[in-house]
Amino acid sequence: MNASLAPDNIQPTSPSGNTLLEVDQISLSFGGVKALQDVSFSVEEKQITAIIGPNGAGKTSMLNVINGFYHPQQGQIHFKGLHRKQMRPHEAAVQGIARTFQNVALFKGMSTLNNIMAGRNLKMKKNLFWQALYYGPARDEEMRHRLEAEKIIDFLEIQSIRKTPVGRLPYGLQKRVELGRALAMEPDLLLLDEPMAGMNLEEKQDMCRFVLDINEQYGTTIVLIEHDMGVVMDLSERVVVLDYGRKIADGTPDEVRSNQTVIDAYLGNN
Amino acid sequence: MYYRESGDFKTSYQADNQFISVYQDKILVSIIIFLFWLVLPLSVSEFTFQAILIPFVIYSTAALGLNILTGYAGQISLGTGAFMGVGAYSCYKLVTYFPEVNILIIVLLSGLFSSIIGVLFGLPSLKIKGFYLAIATLAAQFFLIWIFEKVAWLYNYNNSGAIEVPTSTSFNFVVTGPSASSITKYYIVLIICSLMTLITINLIRGRFGRVWQSVRDNDISSEIIGINILHAKISAFAISSYVIGVSGAMLVFFWKGAAEANLFDIGLSFRILFMVIIGGLGSVLGAFFGAFFIVVLPVLINVVPQFMGLAVASETVEHVNLIIIGSLIIAILIIEPHGLSRLWSIGREKLRLWPFPH
Repeated sequence: MNASLAPDNIQPTSPSGNTLLEVDQISLSFGGVKALQDVSFSVEEKQITAIIGPNGAGKTSMLNVINGFYHPQQGQIHFKGLHRKQMRPHEAAVQGIARTFQNVALFKGMSTLNNIMAGRNLKMKKNLFWQALYYGPARDEEMRHRLEAEKIIDFLEIQSIRKTPVGRLPYGLQKRVELGRALAMEPDLLLLDEPMAGMNLEEKQDMCRFVLDINEQYGTTIVLIEHDMGVVMDLSERVVVLDYGRKIADGTPDEVRSNQTVIDAYLGNN
Repeated sequence: MYYRESGDFKTSYQADNQFISVYQDKILVSIIIFLFWLVLPLSVSEFTFQAILIPFVIYSTAALGLNILTGYAGQISLGTGAFMGVGAYSCYKLVTYFPEVNILIIVLLSGLFSSIIGVLFGLPSLKIKGFYLAIATLAAQFFLIWIFEKVAWLYNYNNSGAIEVPTSTSFNFVVTGPSASSITKYYIVLIICSLMTLITINLIRGRFGRVWQSVRDNDISSEIIGINILHAKISAFAISSYVIGVSGAMLVFFWKGAAEANLFDIGLSFRILFMVIIGGLGSVLGAFFGAFFIVVLPVLINVVPQFMGLAVASETVEHVNLIIIGSLIIAILIIEPHGLSRLWSIGREKLRLWPFPH
């Protein structure tokens, strides 16, 4: 789908420092429902940014806008210094955006290994003819990518479930496999939608460890949505707070924690 | 006890990626291949060739083709019969225009036409899913049959309105037409079927297989990881229709000998779909199981009274046969909705522990 990355779709703009993603005055509405209104923030390279907010604040909508699921009515997105207009999710993937979902969206009939290998699809180039022949270039390519997939399997400590269909795995492990699939894409920007939802303490700790390790070892920029404030405050270097589709605060965890508007949004102001 | 994988270590990713990775399975598959390539063809009668072996191989190929689309890519199609027809008619036209080209090549080429038509009628799959897609492919079924009937050019303006397979030779063997021997035809369909099976297996275990299955399981997240849904669905339609088209060409050229448009009617589509469902969606082995069940079992049941020397009227046998097959279908779907191939793999799991309960 490289054809759709044609110049009229993306115009280079002045890249501002080492900002990886810049969201500029995004407004998104579904009929009369205004999901996002004039939201702007930026994500610095190699940082972990958290988006928080009460239920229905528009956090997931924001992620959907970033990776091309929703097309905002107004506003612009700059990714890697490139301006982009409307874009399909797979084009966003080509540019280096990966994500996981709030409710796991794995390929249930496939094994853990195949799920992760599917994540490497964009990197595999051999055409139908070689694939049908299998022996030769297609197999070499397959084995090369298998090695990469195995590295991820080792990293996430899921060796024992390599061949298990993911539909049979417990929830915590499914979340981990989904993270692995996103990681297999070698993304520049990783969007995590509630990676710790529904997990117990140990699983949360494991997941936090993986998120930090991904950030450190692979140098991946991460944007995550999370409700566990302890996790958010510990993991992220920057926090963006949304409420009713508007951005109400943006800053370091400490700044956000002491921000009166944020406290009001969460606790009410009476 | 005897069916154990323990100790069967894989030391390379290549070894781990084999399609049949368990040692005992390899032996079993080798025996089956040996049986079909050497033992059966050299020992069975003309009747068995015509009633069991040749149709079994041809229908297996068709079921394999539909399994790519429905089992692996998750797109329901009711146009299988018509796509087989496209293969058969284009094979007929190609033979008319290029009589000197080897029939094997013609058959393999005729799949391409079916592939193109399949892609064309697969385009709606980008917008519609499930039952609605089934209805859209049903349109293909009726439309194509209508074309086969109305466009006289397709059957060379024969008065009968049917295509009749001309006699052709390859490597000094008569391979098609009334004078061709059954064993020659059998070997040709077997060669083509094996080729199609190999291609399918290779595609399924590689990138294409993963892309198709991911679209089947979750189209939203496949798009997220950079899979182009358009390419995925269209390639599934193309490959599937190719295999189905080739099987259609074989059906007419190496089995029926002549065909009218109504051979490829909706009944044939359902027959293939039943094979895929009973055999097991998303399983290469399932296609063969399904074809065995639908094509071979009725014939076997039919000859049972003869075998046992019972004097039963042939209509009675026919009716009892329908009852038995019908109830078996229901029974199998109740016992294991995922089809015979799942039953097979459950059996394997049990065999692993046998004779111990856990």
